[in-house]
Amino acid sequence: MKRFRPEQEEPASPDRRKALGCLAAWSGAAVVWSIAGGVPRTVGATGTGNTAAANGFTFVQISDTHIGFHKEANPDVVGSLRRAIGQINALPSAPAFVVHTGDVSHLSKPEEFGQAKELLAEIKVDHRHVVPGEHDALDDGLAGYLRQFDHDGRNRAYFSFEQNGAHFVGLSNVLNFKAKTLASFGDEQIAWLRNDLKGVSHSTPIVVMAHIPMWTVYEPWGWGTADADAALALLKPFGSVTVLNGHIHQVLQKVEGHVALHTAMSLAYPLPTPGQAGFGEPGPVTGPGGQLGKLLGTRQVQVVRGTHALATIDTPIES
Amino acid sequence: MTRTWIRALVAAALLAFSTALAAAEPVTVDIARFAFMPKEITVAPGTTVVWVNHDETPHTVAASDHAFASKALDTDDRYEHTFADEGDVPYFCTVHPFMTGVVHVRKP
Repeated sequence: MKRFRPEQEEPASPDRRKALGCLAAWSGAAVVWSIAGGVPRTVGATGTGNTAAANGFTFVQISDTHIGFHKEANPDVVGSLRRAIGQINALPSAPAFVVHTGDVSHLSKPEEFGQAKELLAEIKVDHRHVVPGEHDALDDGLAGYLRQFDHDGRNRAYFSFEQNGAHFVGLSNVLNFKAKTLASFGDEQIAWLRNDLKGVSHSTPIVVMAHIPMWTVYEPWGWGTADADAALALLKPFGSVTVLNGHIHQVLQKVEGHVALHTAMSLAYPLPTPGQAGFGEPGPVTGPGGQLGKLLGTRQVQVVRGTHALATIDTPIES
Repeated sequence: MTRTWIRALVAAALLAFSTALAAAEPVTVDIARFAFMPKEITVAPGTTVVWVNHDETPHTVAASDHAFASKALDTDDRYEHTFADEGDVPYFCTVHPFMTGVVHVRKP
């Protein structure tokens, strides 16, 4: 039995269910999670001064910036990203780097990738690690994306790196689309991951970044990865695995053994909760005026060596 | 007398031509709320089908056998494809693979 957090309420009235469905998804945004022994627990709210432990570091996850989107749900996605960048640059303890979990652009246009790269350069960090979303793979696959965001000059959208004793893996699960089939990593990438993890000790904390959730959140909307189980099987021997996803523009968590999976808020526009009543499709949701900033946000992740625990803090760009 | 016959023949030919044209008028499939509408259509060989995206989210139109594929269609973008041969052509949106449709090409 798979369990999702936060728990969805099931009230009787459809209107009430709709309202609470939104709250369940969005209000989880400002909660501090500490994950110990694979069990997440809430340790406090945001704004409590999250400084990294002496032997640890923090990094920030942003996602789904959709540069190029300009419809009613958010006519100013550049403004939303800049606001988040301002907040990241003002963090009391500077993050080691920023990760972007995909849908950098809205339509894979060269000018969208170019503008996004310039905007991400405004973040005061040494490194920006980016994985592609399906919006970055339109028309010519990942060619346009890789022209701006090739991680290590190998012309591929998966990579790994080390930071302070933690092993980070970026993956692409937005290609190989077939009718009525979820997107997948593909055999070549799974083989690469198997090889990449071979030399990593099982006590090393692993952080995996991929755009589409690595568990099936809602199949009719394509919210899952066809061969996620093959990747998760490779990660199972490790004592601390944190998976960071985007794609669904809302915060959800799932824990399986030592693997904690998290989706993140978007910086562009909200989407409905999985299968939300009244929404037949995962299109942009135009909320009540002045509420958008509460539905968009960033995530700060704290890595502390030796504890096997990563704490994640989700913060809306407007509280 | 002969001239009248020729006129009649020309008129008949024109009528037949225009009837053929009418049969091959483009057919529109709307893309809205993450669905192709209508999901299945039947057209005569030689018919051009036009897809129009009404969503705020980009979609594509791609034959399941990859015989043809559109670029990403933004809001109000159109894509057209002419179906020459009889048969059933299933297609889907490569961005949202659970969006599917079929064009049935049949002689009237």
